Parts: sequence; C-alpha cells; structure tokens
Amino acid sequence: MASPSGPLLQAEHVIKYFPIKRGIVIQREVARVHAVDDVSLEVQRGETLGLVGESGCGKSTLGRSFVRLFPLTGGRIFFDGQDISTLSRRGMRPLRRELQIIFQDPYASLNPRKRVGQIVGAPLAIHGIGDRRERKRQVQELLEKVGLSPEHYNRYPHEFSGGQRQRIGVARALALRPKLVIADEPVSALDVSIQAQVINLLADLQEDFELTYVFIAHDLGVVRHVSDRIAVMYLGKIVELSPAEELYERPIMPYTEALLSAVPIPDPRESAARERIVLEGDVPSPINPPSGCRFHPRCRYATEVCTQLEPPLVDYGNGHLAACHHPLNVDKETLARATVDQRRTPAKADESAKPTQPAQQAR
Amino acid sequence: MAEPLLEVRDLKVSFRTEDGIVRAVDGISFTLDEGEVLGIVGESGSGKSVTMMTVMRLITDPNVIYQGSIIYKGRDLMGLSRDAMREVRGEEIAMIFQDPMTSLNPVYTVGWQIEEQLNEHNDLKKGQARRRAMELLAQVGIPKPEQRIDDYPHQFSGGMRQRVMIALALSCNPDLLIADEPTTALDVTIQAQILELIKNLKREFGSAVVLITHDLGVVADVADRILVMYAGRIVEEGNKEQIFYDPQHPYTWGLLGSIARLDRPRARRLTAIAGQPPSLINRPQGCSFRTRCPQAFDRCRAEDPQLTAKVGDGHLDACHLSVEDKRERRDKTINPELAETA
Ligand SMILES: Nc1ncnc2c1ncn2[C@@H]1O[C@H](COP(=O)(O)OP(=O)(O)O)[C@@H](O)[C@H]1O
Ligand SMILES: Nc1ncnc2c1ncn2[C@@H]1O[C@H](COP(=O)(O)OP(=O)(O)O)[C@@H](O)[C@H]1O
Ligand code: SF4
Ligand code: SF4
Ligand SMILES: [Mg+2]
Ligand SMILES: [Mg+2]
Repeated sequence: MASPSGPLLQAEHVIKYFPIKRGIVIQREVARVHAVDDVSLEVQRGETLGLVGESGCGKSTLGRSFVRLFPLTGGRIFFDGQDISTLSRRGMRPLRRELQIIFQDPYASLNPRKRVGQIVGAPLAIHGIGDRRERKRQVQELLEKVGLSPEHYNRYPHEFSGGQRQRIGVARALALRPKLVIADEPVSALDVSIQAQVINLLADLQEDFELTYVFIAHDLGVVRHVSDRIAVMYLGKIVELSPAEELYERPIMPYTEALLSAVPIPDPRESAARERIVLEGDVPSPINPPSGCRFHPRCRYATEVCTQLEPPLVDYGNGHLAACHHPLNVDKETLARATVDQRRTPAKADESAKPTQPAQQAR
Repeated sequence: MAEPLLEVRDLKVSFRTEDGIVRAVDGISFTLDEGEVLGIVGESGSGKSVTMMTVMRLITDPNVIYQGSIIYKGRDLMGLSRDAMREVRGEEIAMIFQDPMTSLNPVYTVGWQIEEQLNEHNDLKKGQARRRAMELLAQVGIPKPEQRIDDYPHQFSGGMRQRVMIALALSCNPDLLIADEPTTALDVTIQAQILELIKNLKREFGSAVVLITHDLGVVADVADRILVMYAGRIVEEGNKEQIFYDPQHPYTWGLLGSIARLDRPRARRLTAIAGQPPSLINRPQGCSFRTRCPQAFDRCRAEDPQLTAKVGDGHLDACHLSVEDKRERRDKTINPELAETA
C-alpha cells in the first residue's frame, strides 16, 4: 500500500546469509556467513539514519539489502509502502531511480576509462531521460551542485583527488533525483579535512533535493554529526537504536559504550582523563557467531545468561531500543517501565528475557 | 641539554618529473629527543611520508634530488653507505606503514620472518629466536602466540597484521620507531588498540616514536610534540598543549575544525578547509596556504611567511597575522557556532 505518511523504508526481519561452497563438480554449501541476521527497522522520510559498527558487522550488506542489490535470504522490505523483497530485477528497475548508493572507495567505484560526463550521465542515459544535449546540461548542473565545475565534464577520474572523486560519485547518485541514498562509508577513505567538506556537501544536498539518507560508517564521531537516529550493528544484529544525541549521552548496550570510547578526542587533557574501554581482539567470524548475545566474548559486563540467551530488543522510551541483559545508564524505574519490542525483536531471541538488573560493575 | 636523538636540518626533497620538479619537501628542520613521541600531521600530499622515508633512506626513485642533513646520534645518515644504512635500519630505526603487507612477505610464516630478522642482527642460539619471536607477538597483544607464530600473514585480520608488523619492527629493539599512518585503514576500535600499544612501547621500551597522520585527533593522546605540515613545509610546531589549546596557524585551525567531535555539542556544519592543496611544481607566491585561507590579506600574496616563535618557547608558526588578530579570529574559525553562543 502506498502510504506517503509512513516510513520511506521499512525492513522486517531481514536476513541475508552468504553460502560458502566447496567442491569442484558439484558445489556443496559447507557453511554460511550470517551477514545480516534478522534486522527490523524503519527509515523515516527526510531523516538521516546512521548505521555504525566495526568492519564485518554487516552494515554494507544491510545497506545493499535495502536497495535489493541481491535476493534476500528472508524477511521483507517495503519501500514507500510497496513490498520490494521479492521483486525481480526487471520489477526493481523503475525503483532504481529512487534508490541509490554512494560507495566508500572513490578510486575503485569510478570507471577509469570513462569521462566524468559519461559517468555522471550514465544513469540518465540508461533510463532514457532527455536527449544528449539535455543530459549534458543536467550533468553540468549537477557537477556545480557538488562543488565541481562544469568544465570537468570531459576529464577522466584519475585527474581528480580522492575528495573530488567522491563528489563525482555523489553527483552520479543524485542524477536520477532519488528519494533514498545509501551512503556506504562515503568519507572513511578521505583525509579529515576532506571528510568535513563531503559531510557538509551531503548536508546541503539533503536540503536541496529533499533526500533521505542511510549513512554507514565505523566512526561514531562522524555518524553522530550527520545522523538524526543511529542504529548500532554487531555481527548481523541491531543491538541499539536511538536518537543520535541520546545514544551519545546515554548508551545502553556495552558495545555502543565501547564504540564511543574508541573515537579519538582532539583535546589532550580530556583524552587523558576519560576512561578508555579498549575492546579486545576482533569481531568474531560471522560463520559461527557466538551463542546468546553475540558480543559476550568481548563484553566486560557479560555473565552466564549472556552466553545462553539472545537478548530481546527492549524499548526504553523516546525511540531508544537496546538488546542487552545488563543495560547501562538505566535506573530501576526506567527498567521497570521498559517493554520488549515484540515486532523488532529477532525471532530467535528470547522475548521473555527482559532484563531485570542494570549492569553491574565491569569486570 | 642532551643532544637530540635525531636532527633534521633544512631538508629538501624534490622529484624530477615530466611536468616539472615536484618540491615534495621544501626546507624542513626539526629535532627529536630520546623517548619522545613526535606527531607529524597534515593532509595527503603534504610531504609527511617523503620526509620520514628520506630519514630511512628508503626512497628508491632515481629522479629524487636531496639537500640538507639528517643527524642521527651524531652521524649524518645522508653520508652513509648502503650497507651502513641497512645496519641502521636493522638495529636502530624501524618503520611501519599503513599497509602492513609492504613489510610482510606473504609466502613465509610470521614467526619465520621475525626469527629471520632477529638472526640477521643478533647471535642467537637455536630455539632462542623462536622464543623471542613468541615473546614479541605476545607483547604486541596477539592472542595465543604459540599457535599464531606458524600462521601466514593472510591468516591475520587487518588489525592483527598491523600488530605483527609492529612486532617485526620491535625485533631490532629500535631507538626510533616511525609509524606512517598505522591506523588510517583500520576501524576506530582497532585504532584505539594500536594507539594504546604505541603508548606502551614508549613506556616499556623507551623508544622514540614518530607518528604520522592526517587526523589531529589521533595524536592528541600519544604525542608529546607536533609538527603540522602543509605543502612540503612545517607551518606550525609546538608541544601538545600549545597545538591543541593555543593553535596559531589558520591551517591548524582548519584541521581542528574539520573533526566531528564527540566531546562537543553537535555543530550544524564542520569548518572544513575549502579547496585542494596547491601544486608542488608551481607553488603559489607568498604563503602556500593563501589559496585556501579564509584569513588571507595583501601581505600573504607578496611575502612568504617564515617559521618563527611568537607566542611561546618552542611554539613556532609561519603566518603573517599578528598574535592579537589570531586570538580574535581563531575561535570563530574553528567553531563558529560555539563562538557565537559564548
Ligand atoms: N558477497 C559475499 N560473499 C560472502 N561473504 C560476504 C559477501 N559480502 C559480505 N560478506 C561477509 O559478510 C559479513 C558482513 O560484511 P559487510 O556487510 O561488508 O560488513 P561491513 O560493511 O559492516 O564491514 C562479512 O563477514 C563479510 O565477509
Ligand atoms: N616518486 C615521486 N615522484 C614524484 N612525486 C612524488 C614522488 N613521491 C612523492 N611525490 C609527491 O610528493 C608529495 C608529498 O608526498 P608524501 O610525502 O607521500 O605526502 P603525505 O605522506 O603527506 O601524504 C606529493 O605531492 C606526492 O605526489
Ligand atoms: S552484558 Fe551481556 S547481553 Fe549485554 S552486551 Fe554484554 S554480553 Fe551482551
Ligand atoms: S600568512 Fe596569510 S594566507 Fe598564510 S596562513 Fe597566515 S593569514 Fe593565511
Ligand atoms: Mg562495509
Ligand atoms: Mg603518506
């Protein structure tokens, strides 16, 4: 149902597993990468939803699921009220105009043999928009909008710096005037000074083009700056979802606390004074994710229950959700009022396991 | 005062190219004391790597032209033979890079590579090298070193590989470790681990460290002193307190303003630095930063500012603005919204 007032995008129990196959003649599936494992969330019209987590947590896979770059293993995705989860490639084509991705690597994502004009104009040509003259005009206008110059139309990508290439990628994504843009680590490969330029540009364009963003990054400093709401991902799961400011003032899930504490602070005294939680080791393999709460092997608050039961997503009010048996920064009253979010809690989580105790002293 | 461990004097490094001479490093001088952590900060292309690669004598491009001197423990490294320099690299100074695979060989186990390095520079009995290699892996925080020692580099994650590279660098017990963007390609969580490790190195081994990065936030915690580089030159130099609490150069302000800070109220916009660094073939006349500097005035076009101390001991900057003008404009530049409400 088209419902222009509802969320622009809605994901319900989305699952994406990648099979690992062995065998020469007959390929047999020997294991699965649990890249996205039962994720439910909404992207509201006009907002920026930040998606944060370490490498390998499934952020890109979730972003690509949103725009249906591949078939889903399970779950449903609604775009503008329409169920797009099972649409064929052909069925998706009209929607491609409205759903676009900006990629991380400004070097790999632009064809080195094509001129800037062709790169940015390609989506227009594919969708048969305008004649050549009209397309050129539109591309040149876009180049100006992203802070490049119309004279760049005939240049090749290698003539541009990393930041400028990212602008070319942004122009290409906006050519079809999409409604939703998935920005997949658009600044992670850039110098801080250039990151700031691109972040400011994305903010300006959001206003000009009335865009909705899903902004993916591993750095909560950047994500907090750009986002209205933030979803924290760990090993294929959403572990916390919150308004941006609140997430930073009052993280509930210990993984969020650790991510916040890893962001460097350009203030030596404050940096020395703050408690740093150095997470040990790497994200475990999503082929055999840890039992119970997937974060338990690295969590300094983990207890027995964490190793056995997957915690449900609990709603702490004000749109702040977290999945943890020992929530941080909540008092007894808040905890008593909190309710399990039945709709968004993954099917395998234990819905009866609402936390009863705030976190104890870290071990 | 004791002699510095390293003194770089008026170093110039250029490359002859088809388009002209690239002045990658254009007359820089600095010192580094024993056990000191020096941060070198600047955007891509500002000459950070070329400077420290030159110190290591690792630049292989035949079109390179050098000038100046690099005094390490009283000896000029520029005058050393290749063999003598190899010895310095094996026993005195080690360098690690953003991509660990530039230092690791994919076809040997990490244990083999560390043992090889140990044996080359020490007289070790059989078994001793392996034990020492295991110790080093443990020291850099690799879990289960007794198992991992026989793994190949590709079996490690990015962060763990960076640790292996640090273990390899430490195997020569260096007095100076040069870390060139060691955390730039890593997650913030892994970056925090590696920075913690570098801090420990200083504490436990007493080695001096040069830490190169494009992000001032990265050096806030670990560095004692900081050089800010732009277009092949040092534009500001000072200790950590001076650079973070009393920055003098508009470029430093731009670098600070570009950071999305978790410790401050959220700004509507980041300050950013407009435009791109200049061509190093045709450097603009006057101040190299003037094409991007919101503060530029007439004198900046006419005259090249010199690096001098104006506000404090050892705090140098290369900018024509008066100290008063800077104080007045600085906060507005770094964080206009905060300045407005103050
Ligand atoms: N096409 C694919 N085939 C197999 N595994 C994949 C594929 N794409 C991603 N993965 C795996 O899925 C997991 C999540 O990856 P990704 O979504 O890229 O995480 P992130 O973007 O958070 O770094 C990782 O373990 C990754 O190796
Ligand atoms: N072999 C070379 N030939 C020509 N130019 C070079 C060479 N190596 C480096 N440069 C140039 O020197 C400048 C400084 O480079 P570099 O020291 O790598 O910068 P940074 O490490 O600060 O990013 C850059 O403009 C770079 O393009
Ligand atoms: S306390 Fe338990 S449930 Fe919460 S994050 Fe840690 S391991 Fe997971
Ligand atoms: S000398 Fe002029 S152009 Fe250069 S940094 Fe100072 S004010 Fe800006
Ligand atoms: Mg990704
Ligand atoms: Mg470099």
